[in-house]
Amino acid sequence: MIRRPMSDNPPSSPDFTGTGLACRRGERLVFAGLDFAVPASGALVLVGPNGSGKSSLLRVMAGLTPPEAGRLAWDGVALKEDPQAHRARLHFIGHSDALKPVLSAAEMLGFWAGMRGGGDVAAALARFGLSAAAPFPCRYLSAGQRRRLALARLVASPAPLWLLDEPTTGLDTEATAQLMAAIAAHRRDGGCVVLSTHAPLDLPGAASLSLADFRPRRGLAA
Amino acid sequence: MSAFRLLIARDLRLAMRQGGDAAMVVAFFILTVVLFPFGVGPEPELLQRIAAGIIWVTALLAALLSLEKLFQTDYEDGSLEALSLLPLPLEFQVLAKCVAHWLVTGLPLTLVAPLLALLLHLDPAGYGALMLGMALGTPILSLLGAVGAALTLGARRGGVLLSLLVLPLYIPVLIFGVAAIEASIGGFGARPHLLILTALLVLASGLVPFAAAAALRQALE
Repeated sequence: MIRRPMSDNPPSSPDFTGTGLACRRGERLVFAGLDFAVPASGALVLVGPNGSGKSSLLRVMAGLTPPEAGRLAWDGVALKEDPQAHRARLHFIGHSDALKPVLSAAEMLGFWAGMRGGGDVAAALARFGLSAAAPFPCRYLSAGQRRRLALARLVASPAPLWLLDEPTTGLDTEATAQLMAAIAAHRRDGGCVVLSTHAPLDLPGAASLSLADFRPRRGLAA
Repeated sequence: MSAFRLLIARDLRLAMRQGGDAAMVVAFFILTVVLFPFGVGPEPELLQRIAAGIIWVTALLAALLSLEKLFQTDYEDGSLEALSLLPLPLEFQVLAKCVAHWLVTGLPLTLVAPLLALLLHLDPAGYGALMLGMALGTPILSLLGAVGAALTLGARRGGVLLSLLVLPLYIPVLIFGVAAIEASIGGFGARPHLLILTALLVLASGLVPFAAAAALRQALE
């Protein structure tokens, strides 16, 4: 692992690690014995066929699902010791966009940013090409626009760890480029990104983790 | 604005924009109470005798109506998952949502209750106890309902299950709410009953957030 020599927020260079992780969904053991490490400014790309546990791993990383076994740590401190601090440092964008049909795009983003202590909503909307859509209720947005609005949460309020579950689904090439630019800027500032994807993405220096390698042998029985 | 107040403001704004909920609850309350004179006959003495019970039972049922959606829409559109990952603990978020729910349903019910009491010829001595009892009791209904709503999240026919779960828990509120009115009409003073309602409210606000948040985490896992 290469640490960036200069970072904007030293002295604690964030370092997100997991060791010996296993995850159970219902009766099925999805993966076991999984280790990962994401250094400051690092990116980790999760790949694998459908059902191999990419989303499950991201949910475990976010603290939504407790792992069946293993340990997650940020800077060497186990997440279990301070789940609230972990929630404060992460952005998780899952499959659903978490938008209310009756609230406008600006209100929606303002709410999510405000819940994290506030941020520059107008700039975040502009960054994902949503300035013109800002006053419209979310029910009038297209699927791609809704996705952009969900992703705009990433830049509206800063957090060092981004967990993105197939973030490019439904995005056009322009929005994908905007997302890649946002990720690059985030990593320049010392942030970490973990994302799952099926499409090849332009992420320089990103590590790759294939979930298929951690499939337990008896896991498919149930 | 603090995250707590921001969440209340969001829920109030959603209730305003989506309309319906508060109006529906109040309309149900009024309509159901109005049905009683048709059912039991219009004799003032009889209505006066059962007025307190009618108003409280109907208020419980009206409060039930709006509970199912307390967490349901947030759960379905992914907001609940995003909310649970915010720095503000889920316990406080539950409390904020209960406050918003009470402002949209419990408060209008409390304000409408004296008008319905007038309709049922409630003894004038009972109005104070009715208002105070409703003001203390309806927040308990929202809080207990939140536990039921969180537990039945994602269940099939959750609404029916929710009623079966929550209605028995509402019994103490009903007993002391009605007893407060009867006592003040009888000249004994409603104070002890209102104090018990206050104690129940304090107890519920302390315990409900933990129970409901645990149930929500279970649903999100």
